[in-house]
Amino acid sequence: MKEIPKKQIIETIRNLCIEANTNLPESHLAAMRRALEKEESPLGREVLERLLENADVARERCIAFCQDTGYAVFFVEIGSEVKIPDGELGEAINEGVRRGYEEGYLRKSIVRSPIDRTNTGDNTPAIIYYEPVPGDTFELTMLVKGAGCDNMSALKMLTPAEGVEGMKEFIVETIEKAGPNASPPVTVGVGMGGPFEKAAMMAKKALTRPSGEPNLDPEVAKLEREILDEINATGIGPAGYGGTETALAVHIESFATHIAAFPVAVNLDCHSHRTAKASL
Amino acid sequence: MSEPIRLETPLSFEDVEPLKTGDVVLISGVLFTARDAAHKRIAEAIEDGSPLPFDPSGQIVYFTGPAPARPGHALGPAGPTTSSRMDSYSPLLIERGLRGMVGKGVRSEAVRDSMHEHGCVYFGAVEGTAALLADRVKEAEVVAYEDLGSEAVRRLVVEDFPVVVVNDLRGGDLYREGREKWRRKRTPPPA
Repeated sequence: MKEIPKKQIIETIRNLCIEANTNLPESHLAAMRRALEKEESPLGREVLERLLENADVARERCIAFCQDTGYAVFFVEIGSEVKIPDGELGEAINEGVRRGYEEGYLRKSIVRSPIDRTNTGDNTPAIIYYEPVPGDTFELTMLVKGAGCDNMSALKMLTPAEGVEGMKEFIVETIEKAGPNASPPVTVGVGMGGPFEKAAMMAKKALTRPSGEPNLDPEVAKLEREILDEINATGIGPAGYGGTETALAVHIESFATHIAAFPVAVNLDCHSHRTAKASL
Repeated sequence: MSEPIRLETPLSFEDVEPLKTGDVVLISGVLFTARDAAHKRIAEAIEDGSPLPFDPSGQIVYFTGPAPARPGHALGPAGPTTSSRMDSYSPLLIERGLRGMVGKGVRSEAVRDSMHEHGCVYFGAVEGTAALLADRVKEAEVVAYEDLGSEAVRRLVVEDFPVVVVNDLRGGDLYREGREKWRRKRTPPPA
């Protein structure tokens, strides 16, 4: 049995919150630099240059890259041989978020409920997804999820007859509808298969993959490339001012589904694409 | 790209009239911040006939809810939020002389009509440049609704605050025109 004290989890979560919000992942920055090389619109290039400059400033001064420091979303892979002897994991994560958002000068953006819109004051509750795994693995992946792009996300229950072409249409249509509101260039998380909620979960998790890392299934990876090309044909461009680079990456996660179903969920992430990982 | 145009607030009709979609503008002077909750209260104040947090005449509203400032900074990171959530409220301020709005994302037809009728321009800022934008803020002071925290109305004094004209007074729309200009034919699916 591997024992991880509660204090260590709190500290790790605190640091992840600050790290994710102030230091954009290298794979995402590299994708933005590639987009800057390819972008044909002068205004689009200007936007990409400013985004990269903003990333430098945020990292150097340890301030948030974007004021919307989002929902604190965690994917937790927890091994069957891992134990927290002195506390409960969910509590520890929420305490870490509380400290990270306060000590990192991050905005508290969570309200109690859609109808009682009182701010909770500390950016909790965190959004936590647990995945039990064998062994003594304990891996935390944080996604800082802004609302502007989350608001432009969508899910469709396609029929098997609508198939891959129907899926492509739906994804591109979602991007077209989002336009500038999703703060492009976006990262596109897609979940296909499973029942309704599984598709949405996969779409969110797909966003945590290093930018541009293809799906291991070559057929799915080919779809990712084709859809990326179609999205970049829309002309929406950086900040929606028009241009050739509308998305930096399309990540598809796939799962078994029903003989009658072809669910597709599209979760968009804005140019402030913020993830961080830690293993204990 | 053309040379940036420099504007100083307060703005007159003559200041905003020549602006064209796609123009890069550097704003100096005052911006008032307000987003969802503050707009709701402003609308309620108008309905009740109570005083507004600021006189909108000649002013610019910036749709933002800044992050907390580190010591030594006037304001924390402060990029624009999605403007469409303010669509139902914006005409109330535009009718009262508002000359500009800074945000991101598409505005409704009703807002665009109101802007056209009363002489108000919509500027875009880039959300993911929040840290850089905060650098252009020299002073920040909460002027109303302090209980709203990040969503309170703040009076910002800015220097060369960079924006782009999205909707001008001639019906121009950078989001629509930009997309049309750079759209290419989608690769047809393999036969």
